[in-house]
Amino acid sequence: MAAQENALNDPIIMCEDLHKWFDDFHVLKGITTSFQKGERAVICGPSGSGKSTFIRTLNRLEEHQRGTIIVDGVELTDDLRNINLIRQEVGMVFQQFNLFPHLTNLQNITLGPIRVRKLTKSEAEEVALSLLERVDIADQAYKYPAEISGGQQQRVAIARALAMEPKIMLFDEPTSALDPEMITEVLDVMRELAHSGMTMLVVTHEMGFAREVADRILFFDEGMIVEEAPPADFFDNPQHERTKLFISQTLQH
Amino acid sequence: MENNSPTAVSEKIPFWRDVRVLRVLFQVVFLLGVILLLAILYTNMLSGLRRLGLTLNLNFFQDEAGFGISEGISYDPSDTYLKAFWVGILNTLKVSIIGVVCATFIGLFFGIARLSSNWLIRTIAAAYVECFRNVPLLLQIVFWYTAVVAQLPNIRESLSLFGGAFINNRGVYLPSPEPTSSLTIWLWFLGAGLLLAVFLYVLRWRQLQRLDRPGFRAKWALPAFLIVALCGWFLTPGSPFTLDLPVLQGFNYQGGMSFSPEFSALLIGLSIYTSAFIAEVVRSGIQSVVKGQREAARAVGLKEGQTLRLVVLPQAVPIILPPLTSQYLNLAKNSSLAVAIGFPELLGIGRTMMLQTGQSIPVFAMIMVSYLVMSLTTSAAMNWYNRWITRIGR
Repeated sequence: MAAQENALNDPIIMCEDLHKWFDDFHVLKGITTSFQKGERAVICGPSGSGKSTFIRTLNRLEEHQRGTIIVDGVELTDDLRNINLIRQEVGMVFQQFNLFPHLTNLQNITLGPIRVRKLTKSEAEEVALSLLERVDIADQAYKYPAEISGGQQQRVAIARALAMEPKIMLFDEPTSALDPEMITEVLDVMRELAHSGMTMLVVTHEMGFAREVADRILFFDEGMIVEEAPPADFFDNPQHERTKLFISQTLQH
Repeated sequence: MENNSPTAVSEKIPFWRDVRVLRVLFQVVFLLGVILLLAILYTNMLSGLRRLGLTLNLNFFQDEAGFGISEGISYDPSDTYLKAFWVGILNTLKVSIIGVVCATFIGLFFGIARLSSNWLIRTIAAAYVECFRNVPLLLQIVFWYTAVVAQLPNIRESLSLFGGAFINNRGVYLPSPEPTSSLTIWLWFLGAGLLLAVFLYVLRWRQLQRLDRPGFRAKWALPAFLIVALCGWFLTPGSPFTLDLPVLQGFNYQGGMSFSPEFSALLIGLSIYTSAFIAEVVRSGIQSVVKGQREAARAVGLKEGQTLRLVVLPQAVPIILPPLTSQYLNLAKNSSLAVAIGFPELLGIGRTMMLQTGQSIPVFAMIMVSYLVMSLTTSAAMNWYNRWITRIGR
């Protein structure tokens, strides 16, 4: 859509014939796709389809065994320098938040900027406080993660990723571990982020969010992209039987 | 009781159903039981002692011990029992402290090695842990004593290391540093170096504050101190220390310092056995920090070393410390197995005292109190350290 058209030939992530095995289990079976700068992509599919593994290979939390990944012009290889370069460009939000329990929320956010981006403490704190403001929990800055709710923790985690000023944000089922009433507050933050023009890859089961925010939906099954389409086509005119079944089952409730 | 109206709450509860009364009642009954048991044991002990014609007193500690002790601080059979007991305590402390230090380093090494991504290192470490953890310690100590230390060459064919250290079946002989008259000059250098180090430490601290960045505060102070100490060593006329080398005279080595075969076997046995447990403590502590923490640290862009130092260790250390303390206490108490190979530590000397004086109860009590004091001091120190380190983390 708009973002896609503006930057149609400006892919920021390119994957070519991506394969991954966990021992004998073939998780990713030749993923070829690319993501444009500013694109909002939602990745969905049944559990075990390889969708989480896919986005985790994009910042080397998982190694791929065959194929190429190029992120913002840097190829993801065994070269530690490339891996570090890419990790600085790519922010990640996890299903289980993974905040550092021994640090305050503020310190969780400033750790990366101080140690990796080499900001001064006060610069980093300024950035962190404005980000906490942005995700609407500035009053929780000096508390520890264990002292705030799951929805608030996930928002701190989003702020932590944003503090590194990434070009791309990966979301690995960001609302799956949350109570229903906290899902909205996290989705609101993600929606705001999407409108700000951030490149986002979101693995999620929130179909409402997908329909509203996504430029493109990629449907994964058994380690392959079965179907990719803009949300309107994806939901109203799915091409494959597997996609139809998935949509009918997800939209039932 | 069938009344379900809210007023039923205020109904008077008979005491045998009242939880608040029962709670106190059970404790009182238990306490009375314990007192009764102790009283029975005490009167039983007194009547037993009366039958044997013994009385409970500690006066015999002032008597001449009359038995020799093969190693430890200077002691003569004409010294008192109290002195002999003290020798035992010091020998126990000596083997425990050196043992704890060795076991910690070996355990740390193998614990981290078990987590290595290298198959060979990981497997060797696992084999080490499983071998030494699953064989009784007594067996291991006797093994080191009879099968290893006692099989070393005799004194005329001593193994020599660098010409200054000797190992044979009578023990290990090492050179010892002896202070000379120029030591005072060197100490002045050390003092000056320390002063400089403090100055540089404060300077660096100020600089870090000005830069508003985290960093290593002793980055300048530490090398400066070492350089001054080293320069002082060479500038001092004459050497501050001379090495007192062990020299074979007649039938034995004289000079230097020596460790008996008993001490060596005990130290090796205790260190290796305990290190296997410490390795497990370290491994499980590091593994208890969930995988997601490392992933989050990497995703933020931290390097491996930073991930370990800033994210994993601050969470693992508080988990490692309490079981590590238990291992230290075990090592100290296990040193009493030295009785089997005749190293004169607390229990060994205590046993001789009991046999000679017949005062088994006071001696036993003294031994138990000594171990108790050592153990409680160790746990107090480790608890304090734990609180200190977790406060920094939080």
